[in-house]
Amino acid sequence: MSEDRRATCPSVPFLSLDTLWFQVAGTLCNLRCTHCFIACSPHNHSHGMLSLATVRRYLKEAEALGVKEYYFTGGEPFMNRELLPILEETLRLGPATVLTNGLFLDAKRCAKLQALQLGSEYSLDLRISVDGWGPDDHDRIRGPGTFSRTMAGVRRLWDAGLNPVLTVTELAEGVASPSGRERFLEQLRGMGISKPRLKVLSLFRLGAEERRQRGYHPWERLEPDTKVDPEQLQCGSGRMVTSQGVYVCPILIDVPGARMGQTLLETLRPFDLAYPACYTCHVQGVTCRT
Amino acid sequence: MPERIAVFGGVYSNYLALDAACRDALQRGAEHLYCLGDLGAFGPHPERVFPVLESHQVVTIQGNYEESLSASSPDCNCGYTDPRDNYFAQISYDYTARNTSAAAKRWMATLPKMLRLEFAGRRVLMAHGSPRRINEFLWYSTSPVPFLSRMLEEHRADLLLVTHTGLHWQRRLPGDRDVVNVGAVGRPPNNGRTEVYYALLTCRERLEVEFVPVAYQAVRLAHEMREEKLPEEFVQTILTGWWTTCLEILPAKERAAGRF
Repeated sequence: MSEDRRATCPSVPFLSLDTLWFQVAGTLCNLRCTHCFIACSPHNHSHGMLSLATVRRYLKEAEALGVKEYYFTGGEPFMNRELLPILEETLRLGPATVLTNGLFLDAKRCAKLQALQLGSEYSLDLRISVDGWGPDDHDRIRGPGTFSRTMAGVRRLWDAGLNPVLTVTELAEGVASPSGRERFLEQLRGMGISKPRLKVLSLFRLGAEERRQRGYHPWERLEPDTKVDPEQLQCGSGRMVTSQGVYVCPILIDVPGARMGQTLLETLRPFDLAYPACYTCHVQGVTCRT
Repeated sequence: MPERIAVFGGVYSNYLALDAACRDALQRGAEHLYCLGDLGAFGPHPERVFPVLESHQVVTIQGNYEESLSASSPDCNCGYTDPRDNYFAQISYDYTARNTSAAAKRWMATLPKMLRLEFAGRRVLMAHGSPRRINEFLWYSTSPVPFLSRMLEEHRADLLLVTHTGLHWQRRLPGDRDVVNVGAVGRPPNNGRTEVYYALLTCRERLEVEFVPVAYQAVRLAHEMREEKLPEEFVQTILTGWWTTCLEILPAKERAAGRF
C-alpha cells in the first residue's frame, strides 16, 4: 500500500484469527443474481473451486492458530463436488456454516448434511439466501422460479432435522423493520418451521449491484481519523481463503489490495480500510458471520 | 488449599435459586463459593441477591450486567445481535437498573473482572464470558478444542471457568487442561425441567467436575415475577424449563435441543 493511501484511511488492528472463510466454489454459481457483490455466475472464473486438498492444508494451519469457526461460501458451495467431504473434515475441528442459494438441497443431500451434523460435536449451520417475501423480488434478482425452489430446499432441510437461517438482503423495502422481519418469521412458521431463524444483510455497492443500482459515492470512505473497533469489524478477527490466496474478508475478494498473502500466517496483521465497502461495514456494523 | 469449591454462573436475580445452590454446595462440602457475575436480569427484586452472596461469603466477579450497571450504560451489553433478543434483554436491563440502588452499583464497580487461583494443582482462571471479552458466548458446539487451547495458552491457565451462556458444559483439552462453562443458577438450561445447575469442583487424584442440579422455589419466584410485571415469557421459562426469549444467539445444535 502506498504511503499517500495509508495516510488517507484508518487501519484496523488484527486481534486473532477466530473466523476463517473459504470461497469454496470460487465465483462460480448456477445463478447470476443482479445484486451479487462479486458478480458470480456460471462463467465467472475469477476465483476457482477449492479442492479438498487445498482446504485441508488451510485447516491444518487454522488448527495450529486456534480458529474458532469456519464458513463456506461461493459462488454456490454445493457446486463444489467435494463440499461434503470438506465439511466432514472441518467438523472434526470446529463449527461450520454454509451459505447457499438452496437450489441443490434435495432430500438425499439434506439427509447427508444432517448425518454430518449429528456426527460432530460442533454445530453445522446452513444459511439460505432469500430476497424479499415472495417471487416478485426474489425471482427478479435471482431468476424465474427460484423462490419456490429455494423455499422447497428450506423445507427439506427442516424435514431432515436441520434448521437453516434465512439470510435476506435489505433489497426489499422494509425488510429490516420489525414488521418486515415478522413477516418472514410468520412465513416460515406457516411452512411448519416452528423455530424460524433470520439474518438481514446489508447490500454492498460492488460487482453486479454496482450496475443494478449504483456504486459508492466518492464521500463514502472512512476518514483517517475515524475510530474503528476491531471487535466489531470482521477484518479484526477473520480472513478469507480463495484459490488466489488469502484475502482480508469475504467482500473484497475482487480487490487486489485486499489479498494479504498465501498462507494464513502471512495475513495476521493490520489492514488499511481504504475501500468503500469498508465504509458500509463500519457505518452499518455489518458482519458476514451469522 | 481447598479440596472442593462450588462455582455459580449467572444469577439473573434468582435469589431463591442462589440461596438453594449455596446451601446445597456447603452441604456437599464446598469450602469456597464463587460467582461469575450477572447478578441481575430476568428475575424479580435484584437487591435480594446481595444478602445471599454476603451471608454465604460468595466471592464474586463482574459480569456484563455489573459492568453496565456500574457505568450507567444504556443497555446490558449482553452481546446479542438479533432485534428479538435485544428487545427482551432491554426489558430485563431496564427493570434491573431501576431496582438497583446507587450504592449497589458502586459496589459492582469494585468487583474484579477476573479471578485467578490455584486448585488441584491447576492454574485456574475465572471470567464471565471469556478472559478476552466479558460478553463472549462460549457455547459447547462453537468452542472447539484448538480455539480453547489457544485461549488458555494466551491467558496462562490450565482450567478456565466461565458462564454467560446459561448452558453448562465441560471440554477436556490436550495437556490435562479443561474449560468449564458452569451454566447459570438464574434459569434452567433449556431442558424442560425447572432445576438450575452449578459446578462442583473436587480435587482428588485428578480434577473432578460435577454439574449439580438444584431444585428451588420456582413457583414462588414465578409469582414474584408476575407481581413485578415482568414479561410472562420470562415466567414461563422459570415454570417450564424451556427458554422462550433470547434464542436467536443460540448455535444450531443448542437451538435444536430446546422447544422454541
